[in-house]
Amino acid sequence: MDRRDSLKSMFLGSLGTGLMLSGCTTDIAPPDPQIAKAADNYFGRTPEELKLIEELNEDQFFNTHEMETLETLCALILPANENYGSATDAGVPAFIEFIVKDMPYYQTPIRGGLMWLDHTANTKFNAEFKETPEGNQKIILDSIAYPNRDKPGWEQPLEIQFFTTMRNLTMTGYYTSKMGLEDLGYKGNQPNIWDGVPEEVLQKHGVSYDPEWIKKCINQDERGVIAEWDEDGNLLT
Amino acid sequence: MYDVIIVGSGAGGGMATKVLADAGLKIAVVEAGPYFDPAAPEQRTQLKWPYESPRRGASNRRPFGDFDSAYGGWDIEGEPYTQKDDTRFDWFRSRMLGGRTNHWGRISLRFGERDFKHKSYDGHGDDWPIGYEDVKPYYDKVDKLIGVFGSKENFENEPNGFFLPPPKPRLHELFYIKGARKSNIPVIPSRMSMLTKKINDDRGICFYCGQCSRACSVYADFSSGTCLIFPAQKNGGQIDLFTNAMVREVTTNTEGKATGVSYINKEDRKEYKLKGRVVVLAASACSSARILLNSKSEQHPNGLGNSSDHVGKYLHDSTGASRSAFIPELMNRDTYNEDGVGGMHVYTPWWGDNKKLNFPRGYHIEVWGGLGMPSYGFGFNPNDLNRFFNQKVGGYGNSLRSDIKKYYGSTIGMAGRGESIAMKDNYCEIDPTTVDAFGIPVLRFNYKWSEYEVNQAKHMNDTFEEIVHNMGGTLLQNAPSKESNYGLENPGRIIHEVGTTRMGNDPATSVVNKFQQLHDVDNVFIVDAGPFVSQADKNPTWTILALSWRASDYIIEQLKQQNI
Repeated sequence: MDRRDSLKSMFLGSLGTGLMLSGCTTDIAPPDPQIAKAADNYFGRTPEELKLIEELNEDQFFNTHEMETLETLCALILPANENYGSATDAGVPAFIEFIVKDMPYYQTPIRGGLMWLDHTANTKFNAEFKETPEGNQKIILDSIAYPNRDKPGWEQPLEIQFFTTMRNLTMTGYYTSKMGLEDLGYKGNQPNIWDGVPEEVLQKHGVSYDPEWIKKCINQDERGVIAEWDEDGNLLT
Repeated sequence: MYDVIIVGSGAGGGMATKVLADAGLKIAVVEAGPYFDPAAPEQRTQLKWPYESPRRGASNRRPFGDFDSAYGGWDIEGEPYTQKDDTRFDWFRSRMLGGRTNHWGRISLRFGERDFKHKSYDGHGDDWPIGYEDVKPYYDKVDKLIGVFGSKENFENEPNGFFLPPPKPRLHELFYIKGARKSNIPVIPSRMSMLTKKINDDRGICFYCGQCSRACSVYADFSSGTCLIFPAQKNGGQIDLFTNAMVREVTTNTEGKATGVSYINKEDRKEYKLKGRVVVLAASACSSARILLNSKSEQHPNGLGNSSDHVGKYLHDSTGASRSAFIPELMNRDTYNEDGVGGMHVYTPWWGDNKKLNFPRGYHIEVWGGLGMPSYGFGFNPNDLNRFFNQKVGGYGNSLRSDIKKYYGSTIGMAGRGESIAMKDNYCEIDPTTVDAFGIPVLRFNYKWSEYEVNQAKHMNDTFEEIVHNMGGTLLQNAPSKESNYGLENPGRIIHEVGTTRMGNDPATSVVNKFQQLHDVDNVFIVDAGPFVSQADKNPTWTILALSWRASDYIIEQLKQQNI
């Protein structure tokens, strides 16, 4: 069942409100199923936006060696744990490949940073970063992973800025992936009925609802009843 | 030959379309952007996941992120605007059916009695030629037609309405209420145009995805297409929609009366003309001023409706300043679906007494926070907040996972949105040196904030700091300096620009009369926010809608009486 169907069943099935989901106007033709299918992949893009994405996808910015180094690095920044895979398992390197083409100011700092990793590994351990054992990789990362708290980012040495960028892109790539959203425990982005903060959460954080305020709020059992008011604006239904 | 040509399909144009088409008139709606229906699968962004965008919803292409429904932005390719001297006016345009109503915040506030007569109250600006009692019946009708949640509070200068019940506050909003009340700053349920309850059989009810900025596929929030234009079509209205049609000017005859409009079809890049008995401009305050100024003829050498030289003058936007804060008591949260409606469930209306302050007009406070859906930028500096506990920042490995969870939902933000004083010296005009891709001369802006707006921004920051302190929190940024105008945003940034064709009884100092009819040409009306004399510390949409309905009723009556 896709999301549209589940939405439909939620509202038509469990609540029986008779919502029309595919547009309320009779004079608009139902969308061509082919277009709808493409739309599922393209999240409401205009033709120009779609073209740009296709063009970016046709290019490959990082070479194979760089992509493999990214895979190693992303998995070091966010490795697998007992429940979830690593950032690399969640597809973060491919996300970074797209982002540097879409936001070209990332290109030189990241490319240069990857080279810095190799140069440092070659100098210290006589092997490329991705080939040297994990213990050695961590020795290198330890030297760039902890920025000075009291200095603004742009005053930090370049290799530290590089690592901060990589950590940011890795974390954002992971937590916007399907795996990361689940790991985070994000529960939204689906039809539901908001009826306030769960009682145990209120208690945990030491707050409560003011009964006077709650009196004004929607009684969700009556959401499907058409609103009517008296002439002073008091809701009757 | 149309009865009425309506230029623009946002709040003002949509309402005029609905009222005039329902009255049986033959209507042309001319919109500069494409057709848009949030229910159409190929245009829908609602309920998409961040990973469905290869840039994960980042805002480098669409200004409010990849899933925002506005087609347009601050800068549109081929449609420049220019600045006079050191002005930095930011002009947001949405080129699409429904215009900016597709992505707006849905904050739907009535202007109060004082807002229409503020000069009488404090001596600044000008009074409107109409009062709250003139607009109230239309606000009532808009509430019932479109739907707005809120609560009757009998709050000074915040009129009651016909409200749907509001949603319950979220967790961070309960903290905000506590913090604000400690300083006697009032907090009340938000007033926003989402359907928390059914109002008719045509529109869906809110299912709390929090994504109104993506436009609602079941039409549970207000946008002009879904709530006005589509219903008018469904009702059998004689409406021809011209999309991708960029209006250049209003055409006139030898008597100086309007005969229609000329527009450029963006698809074949050719110029066309439409004929109509009445022209209604609803292209947005600045775009309508631009069309008037570009409509020069022998009869109207200074531009249409501009014998007073007031078109473009008195441009003003809401003021804005914002801060965010870390609230330790909101750490280590259990997760649950807290999306709610798009935007805030509670807000602070203006509570102060300006007679005791160094700025004459008020502001309201909007609040954000909670367990929102991650998008590009989420997880940047994942443990930066460690600095408040004197712990290490940075690192790598699985500890980052616990850092993310520890801090998820522990920050809140506050934004002040205030009233500025309309000033003749703040204006837009035609820049004769520049044209857009359609050969139409563009707008040049001239705008300076006064000391009043700067003082107001300082007060906003002081208030935010006090509330955060009351919540046991820490501001995430240092207080903005005097040199930065206390964080006051550039004019235009709040996207509430109004006043460029202001209404008045005196044709020498105003552009339209109290029914939004040009003083100079009786068959041209303006129903966007251009006619606003002053803007109030309220978002303008609800007033645009009420006034457009009122002007449309007047047009129907005048046509019936054969006065136009």
